[in-house]
Amino acid sequence: MARLLVSIAAGLLFGVGLVLSGMTRPARVLGFLDPLGAWDPTLLFVLGGAVGVTLVAFRFVLRRPAPVLAMRFQLPESTRIDRPLVAGAALFGVGWGITGYCPGPGIALLASPTWETWVFLPAMLVGIAAHRGFAARGQGAVPQETPIASSAQV
Amino acid sequence: MMLAPFDPSAAIGGGILIGLSAVLLLALNGRIAGISNLLGGLVGAPAADVPWRLLFLAGLVAGVAVFQGATGVVPAARAAFPPWLLAAGGLLVGFGTSLGNGCTSGHGVCGLGRLSLRSLVAVLVFLATGVVTAMIVRHGFGVA
Repeated sequence: MARLLVSIAAGLLFGVGLVLSGMTRPARVLGFLDPLGAWDPTLLFVLGGAVGVTLVAFRFVLRRPAPVLAMRFQLPESTRIDRPLVAGAALFGVGWGITGYCPGPGIALLASPTWETWVFLPAMLVGIAAHRGFAARGQGAVPQETPIASSAQV
Repeated sequence: MMLAPFDPSAAIGGGILIGLSAVLLLALNGRIAGISNLLGGLVGAPAADVPWRLLFLAGLVAGVAVFQGATGVVPAARAAFPPWLLAAGGLLVGFGTSLGNGCTSGHGVCGLGRLSLRSLVAVLVFLATGVVTAMIVRHGFGVA
């Protein structure tokens, strides 16, 4: 129960952070990605603020043997720089550069739906399902967060 | 270089809230606040694993809705943006983040915070293809 409340609270914080920072507006994101026009540095400040917090706080959090309300930390297991990572990131970047939406702002579209919501969101979900379908049939390797020890990976 | 008007304090403040959200979820629940994995994990996850994901996403939407309600500023849809292009982009965002196992929040905010080299590579790659794509789409094809 407590964990579910934490989930809602963390979601709320995330949503307010996204909209306050301007990241729910694709024009800001595209203004950052496209330096040929009037460049919009917003995204750099947002990422800087967010990573500044995680960089410091994760040090302390991951030094603990376990999270406060759960048995263990569930962190991505792989540390390999492999082809799926690079190909996936490359394809995501193309979609991001076309639309100005990454998954967070994509979900945030539900807060005030327009035609963009009903085109982008279903397409993104189909994209996720398509990959998971391929992965399940192909290599049997659907990426999962796997529980590992709590040590920070450096 | 010409700069667009922007609000650095709102940008940093919003970024800090996003960072705090990730810290809260990791410190208390032991989970990574990566939106694409949160979404992807809804499919085929153990039933016990579904509610927290849905509640995080519901909280995210509620946070945005409350803020927009309070400020009265609601983003307008882009009237001239081709729907097929938005759909194609959505497909790529979904497929790519699932294949690469993360997006701007999972690899960016959380992965960089964990000093993951894998995430750093992912961030550099999606920034690079994002920049090239945005320039081509906006200046090569005049879509905005």
